[in-house]
Amino acid sequence: MTTITVSSAEHKTSTRRRVAGWLVMLGRIVLAFVFGLPLVFMIVSSFKPDLQIFSDLGSWRAFVPVGDLSFDNFVGVFGRVPFARFLANSVIISVATVALGLLVNSMAAFALSRMQFRGQKAVLGVILATLIVPFETLALPLLWWVNQLPYIGADGFSWGWLDTYQVQIIPFVANAFSIYLFYQYFDSIPRELDEAATVDGAGWFRIYRSVIMPLSGPAIATVSILTFLPAWNSYLWPLMAIQTEALRPAMVGIDYFKQMSTSWGQIMAYASIITVPVLAMFIAFQRAFISSIAASGVKG
Amino acid sequence: MTVTAVPAHATRQGTPGSHRSNHRATSVALAMLAPAAVLMVTFLIIPILLTFGLSFTNARLISPVPAKFIGFDNFTRLFQNATFWKSLLNTVVFAVVIVPLQSGLALGLAMLVNAKVRGTNIFRTVFFLPVVTSMVVVSMLWLFMYQKNGLLNALLAKIGVQGPDWIGDPKWALFSIIVMSAWQAMGFHMVIWLSGLQTIPGELYEAASIDGAGPWKQFLHITWPGLRQTMIFILITITISAFSLFTQVNVMTQGGPLDATSTLVFMSVRTGFLQQQTGYASSISLVFFAIVLTVSLVQRYLTRDKEAKR
Repeated sequence: MTTITVSSAEHKTSTRRRVAGWLVMLGRIVLAFVFGLPLVFMIVSSFKPDLQIFSDLGSWRAFVPVGDLSFDNFVGVFGRVPFARFLANSVIISVATVALGLLVNSMAAFALSRMQFRGQKAVLGVILATLIVPFETLALPLLWWVNQLPYIGADGFSWGWLDTYQVQIIPFVANAFSIYLFYQYFDSIPRELDEAATVDGAGWFRIYRSVIMPLSGPAIATVSILTFLPAWNSYLWPLMAIQTEALRPAMVGIDYFKQMSTSWGQIMAYASIITVPVLAMFIAFQRAFISSIAASGVKG
Repeated sequence: MTVTAVPAHATRQGTPGSHRSNHRATSVALAMLAPAAVLMVTFLIIPILLTFGLSFTNARLISPVPAKFIGFDNFTRLFQNATFWKSLLNTVVFAVVIVPLQSGLALGLAMLVNAKVRGTNIFRTVFFLPVVTSMVVVSMLWLFMYQKNGLLNALLAKIGVQGPDWIGDPKWALFSIIVMSAWQAMGFHMVIWLSGLQTIPGELYEAASIDGAGPWKQFLHITWPGLRQTMIFILITITISAFSLFTQVNVMTQGGPLDATSTLVFMSVRTGFLQQQTGYASSISLVFFAIVLTVSLVQRYLTRDKEAKR
């Protein structure tokens, strides 16, 4: 009697567990379609002529590369606007922002973590306090302000930073959150290492360059990812600060492109070119991406 | 700011000549801190102060005449503007709907991919794809899907539903933007929830299941209390980014139809950039800033227990 009850109870729980397992799997698959299919649709549509995009809409064909496929839309994108220039601008701006940011923010974090000076705590406090200020609150005053700044360039001295490369780079180099991430990481590196280097006669800058930075690979990866994405995706700022077509980044270019072209196939081709490289990078380095995002959760 | 050497490294080791190396340490520290400090003061601290200062002036973006102090004129004008109240309302509605929607669904996603089963990584990756896609691209893509004869309505027609004009109809426009925004950002908060879930020790669940607690009881008594800090962080970040709503509106609707999707940031860009009224736009930014500050103070208040313990 007892044995029967036990086994039937066991049977019941194992069935329930199996059903729960199937439900979880079903949920995952449905959601994978919800999150993945719109992007598949975008990429697939970029290879189809407009007429076919619309006729495919009501069926599975919308998500599959079938029918009259070609690179015509991509050719159209490059023909209609200086798209190569837009792309180059985006690459220049994001690479410069990331590279300068790595240098400037890691040096500041090093000074805050390793060296002692009066006012250190206060400096760190101010940096952390600025984390709650969203960029959108300062965008308009900042726009006015950069227009008052002096500038020395190839063509001499002038006023106003609007419509330049540096207005898209320099304001975004110093980043409180990057400093904080480096600071946290540097604090986890044992101090015995720099003491040993000091005994060997290394100066502070040498310790930074030859001891701390080579050990900080994970922090460098995290900061690079977290500063690259907003730089590549930035939209509000270049929309206002850049008027010249030749200086425009690709994200703002898509808006402008849509005014020029009513072909959804071409717009999807444009969108795919600026998205697929980032998606590919994410898939290749997903562990680093996901742990970077998780790291941004510590700033509570 | 005066930065003076305090007994540092060298003193601790008692090396001779520590006085000199302290001096050097201070100047090196200053030199290494300087670039970041100068940039942050120039592009963060000064603009924050300018938000306050300019909102009491008639400053224009490009003007030969210097800005004049005009007291509270910008604010009186703002509070009499119907578009401002509509934008504020839209922004608040957007935040109030998207905060529970997005955080709740993201928690569901996190629990779906928390189990260590084969294939979990693939699903996590797929759920995260929209996060690395720029909001401009997402807005373009959904603008296309939301067309009256677009993908969404074509699929709805398959099951016999006549879909509305999602973006063109004032009744649906804001809702459509909410759904799309949640779709884009959910993977981000899934990852944050996941890192919270992983801080909960597995032994707690084992002990609970030995005591006969079912999945729902385990969630209620172990998972949910263990996620409190994560939850507060997620609520704050979603709220602040919801109040910053701009890109979707600018790409998809330009605030229309009939101001149905105008937001605070969209309005500040329209007045401060297109109409060049920097002073007036700053007063909108200041209202926005006050809201964000209030939200953060509430967060401080809610997390005070834990901080006191530290």
